Amino acid sequence: MFKEYDVIVIGAGHAGCEAAYAAATMGSKVLLVTMNMNTIAQMSCNPAMGGVAKGQIVREIDALGGQSGLVSDKSMIQFRMLNLSKGPAMWSPRTQNDRMRFSEEWRLTLERNQNVDFWQEMASSLVIEGGKVSGIITALGLKIRGRAVVLTNGTFLNGKIHIGEKHFGGGRAAEGAAFGITEQLTKVGFEAGRMKTGTPPRIDGRSLNYAKMEEQKGDLNPGKFSFLPESQPLSAQVSCWITYTNEEVHNELKKGFDKSPMFQGRIKGLGPRYCPSVEDKINRFAERERHQIFVEPEGWNTVEIYVNGFSTSLPEDVQYKALTKIPGFENAKMFRPGYAIEYDYFPPTQLKSTLETQLIDNLFFAGQINGTTGYEEAASQGLMAGINAHNKVHGCDPFILKRSDAYIGVLIDDLVNKGTQEPYRMFTSRAEYRILLRQDNADIRLTELGHKIGLASDERLDIVKSKISAVATLTQELNKLRLNPDSINSSLAQLNTSEIREKITASQLLKRPQIGIEDLKKLHGNIKTMLESYSPEVLQQAEINIKYESYIEREQHNALRIGSLESYKILEDFDYDRVKALSSEAREKLKKVRPETVGQASRISGVSPADVSVLTIYMGK
Amino acid sequence: MSTTIEDTIVALATAQGISAIAVIRLSGPEAIKITQKCFKGKNLEEQPSHTIHFGNLHHEGKIIDEVLVSIFKAPNSFTMENAVEISCHGSPFIIKEIIKALLRQGARLAQPGEFTKRAFLHGRFDLAQAEAVADLINAETDNARQAALNQMRGGFSKEINHLRDELIHFASLIELELDFGEEDVEFAKRDDLRELIQKIQSYLRALIDSFDQGNVIKNGVPTVIAGKPNAGKSTLLNALLNEERAIVSDIPGTTRDAIEDEIILGGINFRFIDTAGLRETKDVIEAIGVERTRERMKKASLILYLVDLSNATENEIEEQVHELKALAIPYLMIGNKMDQADNTLLKKLESQPFIFISASNKTNLSLLKEKILEKVQIKEVKKGDVMVTNLRHYQNLLQTNESLDLVLTGLDSGVTGDFLAMDIRQSLHYLGEITGTITTDDLLDNIFSKFCIGK
Repeated sequence: MFKEYDVIVIGAGHAGCEAAYAAATMGSKVLLVTMNMNTIAQMSCNPAMGGVAKGQIVREIDALGGQSGLVSDKSMIQFRMLNLSKGPAMWSPRTQNDRMRFSEEWRLTLERNQNVDFWQEMASSLVIEGGKVSGIITALGLKIRGRAVVLTNGTFLNGKIHIGEKHFGGGRAAEGAAFGITEQLTKVGFEAGRMKTGTPPRIDGRSLNYAKMEEQKGDLNPGKFSFLPESQPLSAQVSCWITYTNEEVHNELKKGFDKSPMFQGRIKGLGPRYCPSVEDKINRFAERERHQIFVEPEGWNTVEIYVNGFSTSLPEDVQYKALTKIPGFENAKMFRPGYAIEYDYFPPTQLKSTLETQLIDNLFFAGQINGTTGYEEAASQGLMAGINAHNKVHGCDPFILKRSDAYIGVLIDDLVNKGTQEPYRMFTSRAEYRILLRQDNADIRLTELGHKIGLASDERLDIVKSKISAVATLTQELNKLRLNPDSINSSLAQLNTSEIREKITASQLLKRPQIGIEDLKKLHGNIKTMLESYSPEVLQQAEINIKYESYIEREQHNALRIGSLESYKILEDFDYDRVKALSSEAREKLKKVRPETVGQASRISGVSPADVSVLTIYMGK
Repeated sequence: MSTTIEDTIVALATAQGISAIAVIRLSGPEAIKITQKCFKGKNLEEQPSHTIHFGNLHHEGKIIDEVLVSIFKAPNSFTMENAVEISCHGSPFIIKEIIKALLRQGARLAQPGEFTKRAFLHGRFDLAQAEAVADLINAETDNARQAALNQMRGGFSKEINHLRDELIHFASLIELELDFGEEDVEFAKRDDLRELIQKIQSYLRALIDSFDQGNVIKNGVPTVIAGKPNAGKSTLLNALLNEERAIVSDIPGTTRDAIEDEIILGGINFRFIDTAGLRETKDVIEAIGVERTRERMKKASLILYLVDLSNATENEIEEQVHELKALAIPYLMIGNKMDQADNTLLKKLESQPFIFISASNKTNLSLLKEKILEKVQIKEVKKGDVMVTNLRHYQNLLQTNESLDLVLTGLDSGVTGDFLAMDIRQSLHYLGEITGTITTDDLLDNIFSKFCIGK
């Protein structure tokens, strides 16, 4: 019934879809196995993509040739560029999405790819022969052979849903859990753990009184994620709404604390500190009189509403009563209650930088199975696992991004070297070269790499190449263009910046905080004509490069300095016991994590600078 | 870790402590250029390799020492990089001042074993020697760690941890507004941030200054040898002097009229203050009772009290110990002429913290020196409770402070938080070299514990 596949992907969430698409596009024969074909790329939590640090990741996925950016663009109902008051490294695109369209766009994207086959069933175990995975066995007992397997099980492995004192098996509301894989993998030597996450109730939008809330509109000039012209910015957008909890709400919630699965210890898994349930917030920060609630529409047409900020696993009647005390929610009707879910994960220090497991060859993990949280984090791992699964079975080199290349590089490097104690979410603060890892230059950083491995299309490469050359030409022009005091001083006064006494270049002027590239147009008709011959992306790129030149250069210098340690490769079978000069703590850690470079080793806690020096001596030649 | 071959590194090449001549070594592309910036004499950059030049080493307009500078140009040096060796006088003070000046001009302190490591990486050794080099690095690191630990006693570690907490708090405030700007948290005002930095900096400066001033090595430990006439005070002083080849420093501004002699033990200067007890052959016990002598004794940081074992009674000694305790100054009870001691007295004193020596036979002098050093390390000089004495710590504090200066500059020119954060991270990195690395996780932990984050 089945041929042998190059890559079998288990799970069709954000990670699974990217993995299947990437491997298939690169030329692998891919089978995507999912328990339910109607929930491909289901947004299990909020109907939004991107945000601070996460928006950068979506841009990176797009730049490499992944599809999350395009799918988000095509299903967005609102676009906002967050953090615009901060520097360009902090600008972060975020979309509200139509939950059903999002899922549909992903499914259509995959269906268009001739190399992707689908199969709806639970995968209950892996076929492992001689330390290598060679296929899967389904719940019906079918054996499907595959040269590589990517596991993207999300919250489904032994998933357990909690609402108040009730709990039952499930991978998502109204969907069953998956069994078998954890038990099999722990038997062959994997370490497994338990994590927890939660989601808020969904409400009937027709029952809300928006007059009592603040409106949060989309951007006036909305952008989009993808660098390709295939998607377009929105011409009409849907608003979100902001309201707040109050003491009455808190009191209602407190009435249910004795039935809370969190507080009563029924939930064993560790939840994310930065995504606390509402009961956690009022418990830990009792002094706060109110907490923000974002009322997010789930789509263009549906009346369903997502209550962001109200994640809870209290009993459904407590949820309901508390909700009705929120301004605007007095007559609220609930569609679905919020719940907490516990699921299995495998500490990611058991992985290589390719996301292949150290224990079983050709077996790859991506997404929540690695202890992460978030669609973007999952999608980017799926992409990298898909690429590397394809490369592995085709004898190509591993594809690894450095910490100075991309947030994706930071994410995976953190996971495989440091592991994680709680669901891992990306923050910009996790990246040491934050100034370099911007959303505006993701294509310049990554598209060529993505093209080289056969994922990013020629079209993508052409677009970024012409962007790079236009930016270079424009920068040169601005460096050469000398401005005369007589002709521009009156305009400078109008811009509230000091006048000049001698000729200065346009670049020098652009370095002033009060002056943006748009302001240059006001100085002189010729400059205006010259600047208008460039696209907005090119103008922005040149502006950032010139304005923040000294910071960017310093950051690049730092990246280069620290990056030199990355060039010291550590042999896969290197015997740390042979190196007596290592501290015993370092030796134990190194043997467990098995870093691939000295740079990676230097980021493992317990490995001191002296240990790094010692390793450099061994690997230096 | 920011060690790279592009840096120019500096370290003392000869043994720590006192010697007639010391050699300070630099290696790296800028070795000659950096030396030139502190050197008055010929233009070193124009001199051929393998030549030696006489001149003055200066810092901030002041001459530190007359030196000989040897030039080695890449690849004809031990490390196969540009290298300089500065031969100077072997006083710990001069050595520190020279290294400080070189750090100011852009050199960085070498990591343990780094010269050897560089030589290796440039291909001077073959792989078979790798293990030996690795062991060396490890051993030197252990020594450095031990030395740093020793100097962290007293208030220093407490102060530095306090500083660390303040910096983490500051960094968290900035990271909070970057990563969680969309959420309902209140951010620190820029003025508050500036105030916080200034507070941190005043703290840093106090620590940095403690290195520059009043440190033990620079000023010496005021010490008194006291005891009854004929207890053997001058014999002991001479014995110590002979052993240690006393070098009298000629640092300008040092008041010499009250000082009899200087002896350097284990790299620390001991100044022996002229007191009635020391010079005059009058009854010292009587003298201790005299208020004026007492005032003098109180200036001392250490009293070596000598008892003539051939001619002392238990009661007498008890009385003397009692008097000393009343002074509340660290002291050592020393039983001299142990070879002539009465056995029953010796037995009785054995249970007390007594050091038995014979100054004239030079018996147990090294034990005495050990005890003296132990004493001053536990209780450092009286003035100023917290003190930075380790050059590496000094460098890190200086770098932390300089990064914070850049943060202030950034605040002044109104740059956004992401750029401020760059310099804050740099300052955390430098401070982390003393306190242990400060990671993003530390900042996030701080944020999550203090602020209600998350939708």
